[in-house]
Amino acid sequence: MDRRTFVKSSSAMAGLAAFGAFTPVRAQGTGPIRIGLLTPLTGVVASGGKEIAEGFNLYWEQVGKKIGNRPVEIFVEDDGSNPDIALQKARKLTEQTKVDFLVGDLLANTGLAVAEYAKGNGIPYFIPVIAADDLTQRKRIPNVIRVAGYSASQMPRPLADYAYKKMGLRKVVTISQDYTFGHEQCGGFAQVFTDLGGTIVAQHWHPLNTQDFSPYIAQIQSAAPDGVFAMETGADATRFIQQWTNFGLKGKMKLLGAMNATDQSVIRTLGAEAEGIISAAHFAEGSDAPATKKFVADYEAAYKKLPSIYGFSHYSAAMWLAVAINGIGGHIEDRPRFLDAVRKTVLANSPLGKQVRLDDYGNPIYDIYIRDVVKRPQGGYWNKPIETYPNVSQFWTYKVDEYLKQPPYSRTFQGIKKS
Amino acid sequence: MTAATGADGLAVTASPRAHRRVGWTALVLAALALVPFVLPGYFTSLATLMLIYALLAMSVDLLAGYAGRTSLCHGAIFGTATYVVMYMTTTAGGNPWLAALLGLVAAILVGAAFAALAVRTTGVYFLLLTLALGMVVWGICQRWTSVSGGENGLRGVSRPALLADPSVFYWFVLAVGVVATLAMWRLVCSPFGLALKGIRESESRMRSVGYHTTWHLFLGFVFSAAMAGLAGVLYAWFNSFVSPSTVALAQSVKGLLMVIVGGVGTLFGGIVGSVLIIVLENVASSFTERWSMVLGALFVLTMIFAPEGIVGKLRSHVARRASP
Repeated sequence: MDRRTFVKSSSAMAGLAAFGAFTPVRAQGTGPIRIGLLTPLTGVVASGGKEIAEGFNLYWEQVGKKIGNRPVEIFVEDDGSNPDIALQKARKLTEQTKVDFLVGDLLANTGLAVAEYAKGNGIPYFIPVIAADDLTQRKRIPNVIRVAGYSASQMPRPLADYAYKKMGLRKVVTISQDYTFGHEQCGGFAQVFTDLGGTIVAQHWHPLNTQDFSPYIAQIQSAAPDGVFAMETGADATRFIQQWTNFGLKGKMKLLGAMNATDQSVIRTLGAEAEGIISAAHFAEGSDAPATKKFVADYEAAYKKLPSIYGFSHYSAAMWLAVAINGIGGHIEDRPRFLDAVRKTVLANSPLGKQVRLDDYGNPIYDIYIRDVVKRPQGGYWNKPIETYPNVSQFWTYKVDEYLKQPPYSRTFQGIKKS
Repeated sequence: MTAATGADGLAVTASPRAHRRVGWTALVLAALALVPFVLPGYFTSLATLMLIYALLAMSVDLLAGYAGRTSLCHGAIFGTATYVVMYMTTTAGGNPWLAALLGLVAAILVGAAFAALAVRTTGVYFLLLTLALGMVVWGICQRWTSVSGGENGLRGVSRPALLADPSVFYWFVLAVGVVATLAMWRLVCSPFGLALKGIRESESRMRSVGYHTTWHLFLGFVFSAAMAGLAGVLYAWFNSFVSPSTVALAQSVKGLLMVIVGGVGTLFGGIVGSVLIIVLENVASSFTERWSMVLGALFVLTMIFAPEGIVGKLRSHVARRASP
């Protein structure tokens, strides 16, 4: 090239190189608190993902978007219900947007991917919805805490107990989405159910985003069990329940659902098909506890719909984090102190109306309701508690050391007792 | 790029033009090498990703642009290499460099298998066949949970400790990318590359002249699979995570779209397309929730105003200015 072009381009380059020499200086401890919220706004669980953002934002709006004298800034990123995208966005939030901590994600595989990143990076990551068991058991990561969350196998165990003892079921078929969350929920159910003396006749696993359940429903019909435990989330739950009704099985065979299958985000898309499905969860929007009723009323006023587990979990998580951050005077830059405060917080005013605390492994202990989907007097359907199991931890009645000796639930290990 | 030809029809480099090209290339490389200083942290990792995807896009362009065979399986080949590397370093606990080699070999083997099935077809049939083959790979990765981890995928640090620093890793990927691009460029300018172009123009004529077109296509496919596999290996080291979405159809489509936006048949169009799409994906999402719409609008506009791609359009501009 000629000399003029060379001089022009190399001076432009030198100028550009000098640009990097200036790095922005961030005020320590007085600037806004920056929160990165990862949630699936597109993809198979987009309905739940939107509610994560809504529930989270509702709390901050109620407290005027600040903690103490520090304003709160929330950066929402779409993880696309896809672990690669979740990882990309987590990187973006941590390295470019420079948030103080990450919250969110819905699907277990996205949560596991981001947790691995948080492990390498050290940024605090709070998972109110990611229920992968091992994140608070065998593969605990110190800066990943299940604030206001639950572990997958924690919830179906009381359901299995109720199904055997109160509903009198002896033979159950499970059908589930084929990923960790499904494996762990079914494992939790199957282990308790078979320990009590029941039989798991068959287990069906299908990929996320299955459109047609007829092959599975046909097999269930021919197996003729007493009941079916369906672990479905998002659009899959809607489709399964609709097709279950279309096949004429509603009312003929008992349907037990994972709490995600009868979550408000799914019930809203259905009509009477959802009625009568029994599930177990720590949150029931039809509960008569005053704190729950107030939360439901506030949520309905703000978003014109009943809150789902996703909205509730993130609202409670926001509350939990606010309490913890207030407790350390807003000094979240001191990460070990921050994480310790979060672990020791006992949430007194949650919408559950009861105190919630974390167990020694970083997972909350709850009173779990057995819920039934019933028609609401004002229209629509919701989950009403019909029985309560108090103080259920992620380990049920098992001794922790013995429980941790068994492998994590997977497609091949479901805790089924060999008779 | 047009090269001067001598009387015997072989390319002859004109001295001043060659010097200009070398000068520009050196400048671009120097600019790329400065990225970790000018744009540290997140942007360096973004730049690394751009280089990796540029490699994938160029491998797609080798077949689509030069041999006239548009494929939808390169994402699956890319992801296969990623899976092999991740499996070897996490579950099998092996040496990362050995894992990289095995990943490359796996990509070549898969590419050879696909090529053997697909090279006798053309056009839409080639597209559909490669799409189906890619889906087979996706299906295996989804269902073979004991090896691939199913939906949860495989995660763990797979990068060699030498390359742990993001800037060092960026320079490594840049060096590999430069060597690979050089190799691809040499291929398309060589008699073999010209034969591929001939096959694109008219396969029957090439055959009547005596070329073994199937063999040419097979080798071209395997070489492009090797390049896609190389990109996949680097991606494993970059991401420390793999899941079925890495081998999904969307990955192949992404590579193809990068080629189309950049310019089919220009090789360097793959680089431009990769930069553009990754920048848009990451920057647009800061400004709007509907970032996919922005991407879609880009593709529509490209098809209307620059169907030959960005690099293609630049070339025709330069050619028009050069000619009297």
